Amino acid sequence: MSDKEIRRAKQYGDLVERLTPNSKPLRNCLRAFWVGGVICTLGQWITMLAEPLQLTEMTAPMFTSVVLIFLGATLTGIGVYDRIGKYAGAGSVVPITGFANSVCAPALEFRREGWVLGLGARLFQIAGPVLVYGISSSIVVGLVYWAVKEWLL
Amino acid sequence: MRQGKQTFVYQHAPVVASHASIVGPKEGEGPLASEFDEILPDDLLGQKSWELAESEMLRRCILRAAEDGGITLEQAQALFSGDLNNQIIATGFAARALGIPFFGLYGACSTFVEALVLGSALISGGFLENALCSASSHFCTAERQFRLPLEMGTQRPPSAHWTATAAGCALLKSCGDSSEKLLRVTAGTFGKIEDYQIKDANHMGAAMAPAVCSTICAHFEDMRIDPDHYDLVATGDLGWIGREILLELLRQNGHPIPPEKLVDCGASLYYQEQDTHAGGSGCGCVASVGCSWIMKRLERGEIHRALLVGSGAMLSPTSTLQAQSIPGIAYAAALEVF
Repeated sequence: MSDKEIRRAKQYGDLVERLTPNSKPLRNCLRAFWVGGVICTLGQWITMLAEPLQLTEMTAPMFTSVVLIFLGATLTGIGVYDRIGKYAGAGSVVPITGFANSVCAPALEFRREGWVLGLGARLFQIAGPVLVYGISSSIVVGLVYWAVKEWLL
Repeated sequence: MRQGKQTFVYQHAPVVASHASIVGPKEGEGPLASEFDEILPDDLLGQKSWELAESEMLRRCILRAAEDGGITLEQAQALFSGDLNNQIIATGFAARALGIPFFGLYGACSTFVEALVLGSALISGGFLENALCSASSHFCTAERQFRLPLEMGTQRPPSAHWTATAAGCALLKSCGDSSEKLLRVTAGTFGKIEDYQIKDANHMGAAMAPAVCSTICAHFEDMRIDPDHYDLVATGDLGWIGREILLELLRQNGHPIPPEKLVDCGASLYYQEQDTHAGGSGCGCVASVGCSWIMKRLERGEIHRALLVGSGAMLSPTSTLQAQSIPGIAYAAALEVF
């Protein structure tokens, strides 16, 4: 790019920024906070309600996750979760229900291209990167933890 | 005949013999509902996929324009059409069903006006006696190809557009010796790609506004006219924000258009409460609004001359992921009743 083009792009970028309305961060944060909070509180209730099942410290969170994933997937299937997501933003993306949504949505969308190359191949289109970097970073953190414990303590 | 650098002046200006528009349910709840020829009851039209539904919508629209214009499919000499799907499959399937000799076009959302410019040129030049010019888009096909699966729960930024589920088709005929007062295409300007380094695929208005400005300025300069020549300049799908940017760019480039004369098809297609953010977009946007509201206003005598400008963002999901800026293109067609 020539200097002139760079200057033009800069000037245009400024014009675009001036004329483009901002999203409303405060409103979005508040909505994300209360919806995300409700989902997490629901999770806590499920854990408490599961008490009579006499689950252990290991299995209780697993039970809760399974129920929340089931709810997230069902709400995606009946076309409600995208509306919640539109309102709540990160509030409904970050909890595990959002993860269920990100797997179910492509499943619904790409079923028409077949079970294997459609649904199968695209199922983790959105969740895939989360898994790749989530699992990879947990390994790195685990190694650091192990090294610190072994040599420094 | 070419005049100036980028403009065809049609000496035998083709007549717009008929025009048809079909829109989806959401567009049918918008402010232009009464102008459209058909509002679909649902998005899928009894088809197996969104792509087939879009194709069926386009097929119906072309058929309707041909019927209203008094020609059979056998008499139709050429179809100029395109859509947003990879390899313009919706159009390919519709053309297969119709069996009309076919030119497949891709100018992203500017496709309809590109079709008008080319179809008119071939009719004016005597190569064709009639041509069907059309384009379509479908919210569900565009969304899954360019963005995310439909049921994903995410928020869109205020600058994002809503791809219109819509199709439009105009039947052009050679003027013959008719001296009747009819709607005609008198000139067409073909644009250059303009790229002002916008990389945000959620801000199509900003990506396309420079191309629209460039084509409009080229049109005025080639034709040696000023904005007063037209009663209305209708842009395709710049949306609310892109329209403001265009007004400012035109001022800076010395061809200011009074804001009341500039309408945007995408911004006019929905009420702001319909939550489409910056407004409508997609090939079907300018095609359906152009083939209904704009052409009907000309025919009703509310306006006499209009410049229809289609704009396209020539990006793909691949180019977006590779962090390339978005090339914009625009075509303009002058519509006059005389």
